[in-house]
Amino acid sequence: MLAAETVELTSGWFLENAWLTGLIPVIGFAIIIAFGKKLPMKGAEIGLASMAGSLVIAVGAGIQWIQRTNSAEEHSEEAVGLLQAFGRSLPSATEGEAEPFIEPVVKTWVWWQNSGLEFGIGSSVDGFAVLILALVAFIALLVQVFSIDYVRDDRRYTHFFAAITLFAGGMLIMVMAENMVQLILGWEIMGLTSFMLIGHWWEEEANSRAALKAFFTVRVGDVGLLVGTAIIFFGANQWAVDNLDSNGFNIAAIQAWALSGEANTQFLLWGAVALFIACIGKSGQFPLHTWLPDAMAGPTPVSSLLHSSTMVVAGVFLVARIYPVFWEGFNIGTGGLSFIAVIGAITIVIAALLAFVQDDIKKVLAYSTVSQLGYMMLGLGTGAWLPAVFHIVTHAFFKCALFLCAGSVAHSGSHHSFDMKKDMGGLRKKMPVTFWAWIVSTLALTGVFPFAGFWSKDEIIDNVGANGYTFLQWTALGGAALTAMYMTRATYLTFFGEPRGAAAGHGHDDAHAEEHEMEHVSVGAPEPRSLSSAANAGHEAVQHGGEGSASDESHGGHGGSGADDGSDHHDGGGHHDEHAGPHESGKLILVPILILSVGAVLAGFLNPTPLASRFGEGVEFLKKYVEPRPTAVVTEEFLASGPGESVVLVDGVAYAPSVTPAAEGGEEGAKKSGCGFTAPEAGTVCFFPSVSHAEPKFTKILLSLGVVGAAYAVAIAFNVAFYGRRDKRLVGLTERNKALRGGFLFLKNKYYLDALYENVIVHSVAHPIAKAAYWINQKVIDATVNEVGIGTRKTGQWVYDNIDQKIVDGAVNGSGWAASEAGHAMQSTQSGKIGQYGALLFGAATVGAIVLVLVNVS
Amino acid sequence: MLAVNFLLLAAALFAIGVYGVIARRNAVMVLMSIELILNAVSLNLVAFSLMTGAIDGQVFALYVIAIAAAEVGVGLAMVLMIYRNRKTIALDELSEMKG
Amino acid sequence: MSAVILAADGVNVAQNVAFGIIAAIMIFAALNVVTTKNVVHAALWLVVVLSGIAAQYILAAAEFVAISQVLVYIGAVMVLFLFGIMLTRAQIGKEFGLNNKGWALGIPVGLTLFGLLAWVILDAFGDDTLPDRGPAPTVALSDQFLSIYLVPFLAISFVLLAAAIGAIVLARKD
Repeated sequence: MLAAETVELTSGWFLENAWLTGLIPVIGFAIIIAFGKKLPMKGAEIGLASMAGSLVIAVGAGIQWIQRTNSAEEHSEEAVGLLQAFGRSLPSATEGEAEPFIEPVVKTWVWWQNSGLEFGIGSSVDGFAVLILALVAFIALLVQVFSIDYVRDDRRYTHFFAAITLFAGGMLIMVMAENMVQLILGWEIMGLTSFMLIGHWWEEEANSRAALKAFFTVRVGDVGLLVGTAIIFFGANQWAVDNLDSNGFNIAAIQAWALSGEANTQFLLWGAVALFIACIGKSGQFPLHTWLPDAMAGPTPVSSLLHSSTMVVAGVFLVARIYPVFWEGFNIGTGGLSFIAVIGAITIVIAALLAFVQDDIKKVLAYSTVSQLGYMMLGLGTGAWLPAVFHIVTHAFFKCALFLCAGSVAHSGSHHSFDMKKDMGGLRKKMPVTFWAWIVSTLALTGVFPFAGFWSKDEIIDNVGANGYTFLQWTALGGAALTAMYMTRATYLTFFGEPRGAAAGHGHDDAHAEEHEMEHVSVGAPEPRSLSSAANAGHEAVQHGGEGSASDESHGGHGGSGADDGSDHHDGGGHHDEHAGPHESGKLILVPILILSVGAVLAGFLNPTPLASRFGEGVEFLKKYVEPRPTAVVTEEFLASGPGESVVLVDGVAYAPSVTPAAEGGEEGAKKSGCGFTAPEAGTVCFFPSVSHAEPKFTKILLSLGVVGAAYAVAIAFNVAFYGRRDKRLVGLTERNKALRGGFLFLKNKYYLDALYENVIVHSVAHPIAKAAYWINQKVIDATVNEVGIGTRKTGQWVYDNIDQKIVDGAVNGSGWAASEAGHAMQSTQSGKIGQYGALLFGAATVGAIVLVLVNVS
Repeated sequence: MLAVNFLLLAAALFAIGVYGVIARRNAVMVLMSIELILNAVSLNLVAFSLMTGAIDGQVFALYVIAIAAAEVGVGLAMVLMIYRNRKTIALDELSEMKG
Repeated sequence: MSAVILAADGVNVAQNVAFGIIAAIMIFAALNVVTTKNVVHAALWLVVVLSGIAAQYILAAAEFVAISQVLVYIGAVMVLFLFGIMLTRAQIGKEFGLNNKGWALGIPVGLTLFGLLAWVILDAFGDDTLPDRGPAPTVALSDQFLSIYLVPFLAISFVLLAAAIGAIVLARKD
C-alpha cells in the first residue's frame, strides 16, 4: 500500500571491517603470549601496535559513520522504488523533524547454525558503537603507553601486557556485538582479564583474594545476564523470526521487539530485571559495588583502564544498547520510578559518602567511579540516554587521568605508597605537571564550567529533572556536592599541606630490603602501607612516628583500613631510582596524563547542549551522530505488497506530509507519541524510543554550578582547618561525639555490607549449605552407590554360593558322580568270571532275539 | 515226521548247552557244554538240509564237526596250560580279566 | 519215494518212534552232562549225546555226516576230553563245587532261550513235514566239497593244521 521513498546510505571499508578492532587485540594477545618475552620491549610493542591498529580502524569507522549519517540527509529528496534490504529507513518529511534512521553496518559470519536458529559473530557498527570503540581503543592505547614505564621490571611484565591487550579485545568484541551471544563473549573475556589483572601480583594473598572477590561478585550478576538473555530470547525469538527474519539473540531484533507493542510485558520486565542485575554487578552499583574498591589491588594502569573508564561501563553500555527493553520493561517513558534510576541514585550517594573515609587515594577514586556510574545509571533510568552516554565518554577521560595521576604520584612521589595520610602531602611543588593534570581532571569530575564533566553531568541532572523526577534531581545535585567535597579532601591530602612519610623523602624497609638502602630508614618514619598485611605485622614496632599518621580520626580505623579492605596493593618491583625523594615522573607516564587531561577539558564540547541555543543544533555532535533515531523503519514484507497511496511514516504514525509532530517533548509534558510510546504501524519496526531532551535553562545551570561552588568552598575551608591548621574544635570530633563516631565507623566499615556479604551470605552458603550438600553427598548419594555396590556383591556372593556352587557345580559334579557311580555299578559285570560273561552273553542274545522276533512278527 | 521234531530237539540241546556254559565251574565242563551247543547247531543244519533237499546243510555240518574238533584241541591245550600255571581250572577263580 | 513202509496215511511210524526214543535219551543225557557232579560221568554222558546225534543224522538221511560224527567226535574229541580231564587232575568220583556261584542265572536264560526258539520254530515250521528221502549219496557231498566249497575245504585243512600246531605249542612243557 505504500510507495516509499528510500535512502541510500553510504558505507565504507572501515565500517565494513570494524570487526578488526576486536580481532587485532586478540591476535596481539596470542602473539604476546607466544613470543613476548623474546621481543626487545618484552611484548609491549605488540600491545601498543594492536591498540594503535584498533584505534585507527575505530577512528576510520567513526569518520565513515559521520559520512553515512550525513548521506542520509543529502539523499532524502530522491525517491527510488522498492526497498531492497531489511529495513531501509524512510526519509524525513519535507519539514524534517523526523530524521531517517541510520542503519548500523553489520558484518557477520555464521557462528551457530542449528535447527532454524542461526547467529553469527562479527560486528554491528552504529554511532554509539563506534564512539565506544574509539574511546576504548584510545584509552587503552594511552594506558599501555603509561604502563611501559610504570610496570617496568615487573615480575610478569609480558603477561601484564598480554592480559591488558586481551582485555581491550574483549571489550571491543562486546561493543561491536551484533547479538547477545557475542556480547556475552566479550563480557566474559573482560571478566577473565579483570581477574587476571587484579590478581597480577597474586603472590600476596590479599591481591588474589581481591581478584576472587571481584570475579565472584560480578559472577553473581552474570547469572542475571544469562537468565536475562534467555528470557529475552524466548520472548523475542518468535516475533523476530516472523517479522524480521532474524532471531531472539540479535540485538536489533530485540530492540524492535521491545518497541513493537506486541512484546509480552512479563518477558520484558523480568528480562530487564535480570539484565540489570548483571549491570549492577559489572558496573558496581549498589548492592554489588563492594568489589570495585578492592579491585584497586591491581596495578594502577589496570585500575585506570578497567575499573574506571572501560570495563565498568560495560553495564552502562549494555543498558544503553538494549535500551528499548529497559524502556518498555520499566516503563521509563511514562515517568514512573524505575528500578534503574533508584539503584543509580542510591549508588551515587552511598559511594560518595564512602569516599570521605578512605585513606588510600585509589580507593577514593574507586568510590568516585562507583558514584559516577550511578549517575550514568540514573540518567538511563530516567530516560536521559544521550547524557548518560556522553557521561561515559567524559568520565573515561577525567577518571582515567585521575588514576594515572595517582599512579604517577605513587611511582615518583610517595615510593609506591597510595596512603594519602601517611606518605603524601605537599606534592604540588615537586610534581607540578601531575598536580595540574589532577586539578583539571578534578574540576572536570565535579562539573565545573567549562570542563568536560560540566557538560555531561549537568545534562544528566537536567534531564532527570525535566523528565519529572525532582527528588532524584536533588539527589544527583547532592551527589555533585559530595563529589566536590571528597575530591577536595583527596586533593588537599595529596598535594597540599606538609609532606609526610615517603613524600618527605623517608624511605621504608620492607620485603624488598635488598633493593633499598637502609640509610633511608629513619626512626620516625612510619610504616608505609605498601606492604601486604602479613609483612606489616613484623614492622609494627615503628608506628605513628610523625605527624603524618597522627590523625585521630583514623586512629580506630587504622588497622581497619589496612585489613578490612581485604586487598593491599604493591605497585610492583618497579625500578627504584628515587632515593632522592619525590620528583616528577618520566615522559612515558606524563604524556598520557596530559593527553587525557586535554580530553578532560575538551571532551565536553562533543555535545554542549546549553550552547545549542546560541550556536544552533549542529554543536550537538553526539546527538546527531550517536543517538539512534526514533524513527519507524519499514520492513521488507510490508513494502512488497505493492504500490498504492503515498504516505509518509513519521515515528510509526501515519501523517499527511504537512503535519509532522515534534519529535522532542518539552518539559511541560507535551503529548508523547512515536516510538517507545505507541506501537509502530504494521510493517514497521522501531529501534529506539523517543527519548526527550531537556531544554537547557540558564537558571538550572546556575543552580548546579552554585551547588558545586558552595561545596568547594565548604570543603576547602574544612580541609584547611582540619588537616592544615588542625583546628582544635575539629580534631578528634568523632572521638568525642558518639553520633559522629557511629556514623564514621559505619562509613569506615562500608555500611557493614562486606561483613554482610562475607560473614552472613557467603558463610551461610559455604558452611551450612556446603555441609548439607556434603552430607547429602556422603550419606545419600554415596550411600546409595555404596549400597548398590554392597548389594551387588552380596547378590553375587549368594549367586556364587547357591547357584554356582550348588546348582551348576552340583549339576556338573552330579553328572560326574552319576557317571562314576554308573561305572561302579557296571563294574560288577566285569568280574572276570567266564560264567558270568557267558550268562550275560546269552542273556543279551536272548533278549535281542526276543526283540527281533517281536518286531518282525507284530 | 514233523520237521519241528529235529528243530525242537536241537533247540533243547542248545538251551541245555547254554545252561551248562553258564552254570559250570570246571573249564572242561564248559567246553563240553559248548560241544553240546555245536552239535545242536549241526543237527539243525542237517534237519534243514533234509527239509530243503539241498545238500549244503550236510556240508556245513561237516564243517562244524571239523571246526569243533580243532577248537576242542586248542581249547584243551589252553586248559592244560592254565592248569599248569594256576593249578586250578575253576573258572570263577580265573578272574584275571576282572575290572 | 522212500522205501520206508508207511503205517498210516503218510506217517512213518517207525521213524517217529525211533526219533522219539533217541531224542529222549539224548535230552536225558544232555541234562546229565550239565548237572552231574562227576566230571568223568559228564564226559561219558556226552558220548551218549553224541551217539544219539549220530543216530539222528542217520534218521535224517545224512549217513556220511553220521559216520563222521562218530569218528571225529566220539572217536577223537571225546578222547581228547578224557585226556584233558585226566591231565587236569579231575577228581575220581564225585566232586563238589562243580557249579559256579551264579548257576541259578542259567536256568531262566536257558528256559527263555528254549521257549523263544520253540515258539519261533513252531511259528515258522509248525506243520511242515519232512519229505522222505533216501540216503544222501556221498558223491554229492564230495561234489560239493570239491567244487563250490573248495576254498572252505582247503581253509579247513589249514585250520586243522594250525590247531594241531597250536595245540602242540601251547601244551608243551618248556
